[in-house]
Amino acid sequence: MIRIDSVTKRYPDGTVAVDRLSLEIPDRSITVLVGPSGCGKTTTLRMINRMVEPSEGTITLDGVDISRQPVNSLRRSMGYVIQNAGLFQHRTIVDNIATVPRLLGQSKARSRARARELMERVGLDVSLAKRYPYQLSGGQQQRVGVARALAADPPVLLMDEPFSAVDPIVRKGLQEELLRIQEELGKTIVFVTHDIDEAIRLGTMVAVLRTGGRLAQFAPPAELLSSPADAFVEDFLGADRGIRRLSFFPAQALELKKTPIVAVDSTAEQIAARTTPETPYLLVTGLDGRPLGWSEPEDLVAGDIDVARLLPYGRPFAYGTDSLRAALDGAVLSPTGWAVAVDDAGRAVGVVSQQAVGEAIRAAHAKGLTAAKVAG
Amino acid sequence: MNDFLHIPSDLQNTYSGLIVLHLREALIPVLAGLVVSLPLAQLCVRFRWLYPPVLWSTTVLYAIPSLAFFVVLIDYTGMSETTVMIPLSVYSLVVLVPAIVDAVRSVPQETLDAATAMGFGPVRRYLQVQLPIAVPTIIAGLRVATASSISLVSVGMLIGNQGALGNLLHDANIYNRPVYAVNSVVTTAVLAILVDAALVLTRVLLTPWMPRGTGRAGRKTSGDRADAAVPALEESAR
Ligand SMILES: Nc1ncnc2c1ncn2[C@@H]1O[C@H](COP(=O)(O)OP(=O)(O)OP(=O)(O)O)[C@@H](O)[C@H]1O
Ligand SMILES: [Mg+2]
Repeated sequence: MIRIDSVTKRYPDGTVAVDRLSLEIPDRSITVLVGPSGCGKTTTLRMINRMVEPSEGTITLDGVDISRQPVNSLRRSMGYVIQNAGLFQHRTIVDNIATVPRLLGQSKARSRARARELMERVGLDVSLAKRYPYQLSGGQQQRVGVARALAADPPVLLMDEPFSAVDPIVRKGLQEELLRIQEELGKTIVFVTHDIDEAIRLGTMVAVLRTGGRLAQFAPPAELLSSPADAFVEDFLGADRGIRRLSFFPAQALELKKTPIVAVDSTAEQIAARTTPETPYLLVTGLDGRPLGWSEPEDLVAGDIDVARLLPYGRPFAYGTDSLRAALDGAVLSPTGWAVAVDDAGRAVGVVSQQAVGEAIRAAHAKGLTAAKVAG
Repeated sequence: MNDFLHIPSDLQNTYSGLIVLHLREALIPVLAGLVVSLPLAQLCVRFRWLYPPVLWSTTVLYAIPSLAFFVVLIDYTGMSETTVMIPLSVYSLVVLVPAIVDAVRSVPQETLDAATAMGFGPVRRYLQVQLPIAVPTIIAGLRVATASSISLVSVGMLIGNQGALGNLLHDANIYNRPVYAVNSVVTTAVLAILVDAALVLTRVLLTPWMPRGTGRAGRKTSGDRADAAVPALEESAR
């Protein structure tokens, strides 16, 4: 465990970048440091690998004061990823990734074999191995940065806004990749960002820092969203905190209606049987079970359903894996006000109304509040 | 043609002999200058306050006419090649020191941070990261320094037969044979162009990691400045 114990950093010009910060960073999970620009995130991160020495306080790694450890071997035991990757432009991709194993004295052949293995792990095609950094896209470079940090299999990864210089779609891909890698490798990751969405998506624990390097709140993301410690944190979380919080409630809490679903080849009796007063629309599915669109029951002619005239069904949500946020999104996007739930194969398994989603949200909040109280 | 390549007997040398002598007197000083500049530039990067006085000193040394150097040096090194090469080495510093300082400073901070974070010590970081990335800018500086050195060798004629191809110019005057002058100027120019081409080739071979086609796009500022210095230096050649 990394333990930061009332650490203060005062730069020679008098700037107090970090002020009596204490944090316990749990092992094998992602701890995110988030806060506005200049609040001391980078400084905090760099004190962990001693690129910056604290003015006061101590940092311990598994109980040992890091200031007593040889600085270069400490750094080689911590992967470090930065914005724009900071790759060595004069070395090939494979040699960039092999850097730390080489520093640790491993043979060239072994280091390179390891590097290729890591390229696959971070989702890079091995055919890129002999290229130079300028021949890669920003997203690919960032993956190389992650692979390079992982090369010597360090227990700790320090990441300073690693994904902030790439476009939102690439960033989302990189975030998913990181979560997948983390699931496999279980590193202790300290991740700096100024993007609260990224913090909530990635963090097991999130530390919100305020300007002047003081800790505003240290909590799991769900708790941060449900009970921000003060106005600063609330403000930092932004206007749609309520909606974002829904990501933490599984869609499985919803009770699906299965009646108003008809296959495209249904008979008139089947359509009649599935029409009920409380569901004004019927969802038509293809022969493979996938949704095609909505229709009012009286517009459906058995044996002659015109797929082109069906109302669009918006974006379906995966019942097993998605959250209430996705369900709400689906209901809002659907012109009928009903969201479609699908299984892993994309087959419609039920439908749910905006109203029902709203009720589920109220129920989940009530339960969440009790849970937060119990935890507190 | 034979007439063109005829070398007056007072030079006691052949055409190819003059070329070899000329190259030796031009290139060894640049090499010596490079060997001095590398650590000097590194000190200037490390201790910022050192750079202005160092830059000032190289400029002042450059302003000393070679004849003044010769007068002092002849007592120690005689009328030898060494006497010609010492001032030329000193002159090369005025180009090489700023070129190398710029080159080393132009390595991106995040690259240096990444190296430090991965556990590179300062020496290893300098040799394995800063220096290789600085190569294109250093070579840009070397191109200027060698071009100017090749033209400056001619001053060696002030101390007898040490001006190599420059002595042909002198002889054109005393024997009233303009063809010697043409030979001298053309050969010197061709040498300068060939050496420059060799340096460009060296850079291409040393930097497979640079984007092709865009040339020195990555370090436009310093490279351009070094190139701009060529005419200025040649103008002031004594
Ligand atoms: N070497 C330094 N000397 C003096 N002040 C510094 C130095 N490095 C950082 N600071 C100051 O310390 C404060 C915290 O800087 P830091 O880089 O840790 O912020 P940050 O949270 O990472 O910001 P950003 O999100 O913009 O990267 C800032 O006010 C900054 O100006
Ligand atoms: Mg920062």
